[in-house]
Amino acid sequence: MEQKTLDVRSLTVCIQTMKGMIRPVNDVSLEVPRGGIVGIVGESGCGKSMTARAVMGLIRYPGKVTGGSVYLEGREITSLPEKERRKLRGAEISMIFQEPMTSLNPVMKVGKQVEEAVLLHTNCSKEEARAKTLDIFREVEIPEAEARYNCYPHQLSGGLRQRVMIAMAAVCRPKLLIADEPTTALDVTVEAQILKLLERLRDAGTGVLLISHSLGIIARVCDYVYVMYAGQIVEQAETEVIFDRPAHPYTRGLLRSVVSLREGAGTLETIPGVVPNLLRLPAGCSFSLRCGMCTERCEKDAPRLLETEPGHKVRCFLAEKEGVR
Amino acid sequence: MKQKIAQRSVQAVIVLIGVVLLTFVMLRIVPGNPIETMMGEHADAATVARMTAEMGLDQPLHRQFFRYLFSVVRGDFGTSYSLGKPVSLLIQSAFGNTLKLALFAALFAWTLGITCGLICAVSKNRLPDRLFMGFSLLGISLPVFMAAMFLQYIFAFKLHWLPISGTDSWKCFILPAIALGWNSAGQVAQMTRTALLETLAEDYIETARAKGLGNAGVLLSHALRNAMLPVLTMMTIQFSSLLSGAVITETVFSINGIGRLMVQAISGRDIPLLQGTSLLATSVVILGSLLADCLYSVLDPRIREES
Repeated sequence: MEQKTLDVRSLTVCIQTMKGMIRPVNDVSLEVPRGGIVGIVGESGCGKSMTARAVMGLIRYPGKVTGGSVYLEGREITSLPEKERRKLRGAEISMIFQEPMTSLNPVMKVGKQVEEAVLLHTNCSKEEARAKTLDIFREVEIPEAEARYNCYPHQLSGGLRQRVMIAMAAVCRPKLLIADEPTTALDVTVEAQILKLLERLRDAGTGVLLISHSLGIIARVCDYVYVMYAGQIVEQAETEVIFDRPAHPYTRGLLRSVVSLREGAGTLETIPGVVPNLLRLPAGCSFSLRCGMCTERCEKDAPRLLETEPGHKVRCFLAEKEGVR
Repeated sequence: MKQKIAQRSVQAVIVLIGVVLLTFVMLRIVPGNPIETMMGEHADAATVARMTAEMGLDQPLHRQFFRYLFSVVRGDFGTSYSLGKPVSLLIQSAFGNTLKLALFAALFAWTLGITCGLICAVSKNRLPDRLFMGFSLLGISLPVFMAAMFLQYIFAFKLHWLPISGTDSWKCFILPAIALGWNSAGQVAQMTRTALLETLAEDYIETARAKGLGNAGVLLSHALRNAMLPVLTMMTIQFSSLLSGAVITETVFSINGIGRLMVQAISGRDIPLLQGTSLLATSVVILGSLLADCLYSVLDPRIREES
């Protein structure tokens, strides 16, 4: 069996709101193999980022992890006391965020911000930490690393700032890197460079969990994909399989709404409606309200996530019937 | 940076000249004759005229103004009508007391205010937050003279812990400083709380947590410096207003400071003294905001760059 960097089992996050309890992450199980890039894809508000934060242990009040477990290289971490958890953050699991513009402290030199992570997790002296910071700056291809070390975030471009974020996340050689929409705020050429960097980290043995709403990015770098909808995994398979024979109507909808440049591509399709309010989820399948193939059964019963072929799981009654297509 | 300071200094000088001109003109167009006020009701017309001429008040306004301006530049603020001493000397002796009072009040207000604000932000919407915010509301709404009299009654009159008034020792300044700083403490507490809560919701705080910093680390090395920027501006403004004289506090505690000097000048129609004290108050405020600008640039690299 291949070694798993991350193994999430039945993770559930609840938030108590004024109007009732919601489950932004509902019974989510996923795995990231060592040296693999795994994607989570879904619309805004489907629970992707919340899943990432739960893995990091960064869910804040009133949110709470209420069930499930997270194994990092075989070690259960959700039950660890906060102090132990903190030692993992930034050292063994690290995260980069969507907005490089606002994710760096505006009044602190970027070099210092990276160095802080080194000093926090290792017994380095200041000089050693600085040297490590400069090394990682060069590794993530920040030009003129020495000069950039003393820059403030506002003096850097968006792409450079995201490189600094990646440097900060990678400087302690984490086992797992969670990238939450790392390229959404960047232009396309920079996006390609950042994705290359993630691949390089993967090659160095880091497991990468890449969160994105863009199937294009997922197709480019991920080996395996989880499709999330309303807090649940609705389909999971190897990337090729997802693109070749998507089984869930939601996944099909997502694929159809990708802009195509092929000839005769016709009108761009969209999935009607929006992600449902988690306070008023339908009784049956959570996608039933927007599904073109919804049946009576879909409105009453909730489908389970079932394997239709090896490594391909789908949460849909239609796929259950069809079996392997 | 240097260029900005130079630019602001030039602005400051222009504002100062404007203030001198404004007070000068206003004091001369208000009805009533300062010489008559000074000499009392029974002065005869000849004496009043002689005094007016002696003081140069019979000359055309523009000539009076330039003469005043030149003497100010030379450091001569004239002689007080009512006290018969050079204005610069009077201000010098009064400013010492006001400075001590302001320093004590600021020390009290800022320590208390920032601590309370910090506790409130960290315990948002829980008991300590509610409690301290209630206190700070009391601080903001309680008039200075009431606070002053409460403090005098309890700590000086009943408990005899501290002197009731005067300026003989540093102990004399404790009660007035608390009375005067109470209000500022409330303002600083509320501002610190709001700014800190805003900062704690920023993305880079999440980054700091993801890096593995604990609550204290996040607060001290990332949140506080960003949150203190607006609070700092407020504190400099507060300090300059404290320095330009606390009329009520100085009166209640019999402290010979700038505030009392100013009241004396107004009631005696003492033009040189009034001009001197208002010039001082303006300079202090201008200097304060200049200082705030510089501090801001030191703390926030984005502002440093703009200049």
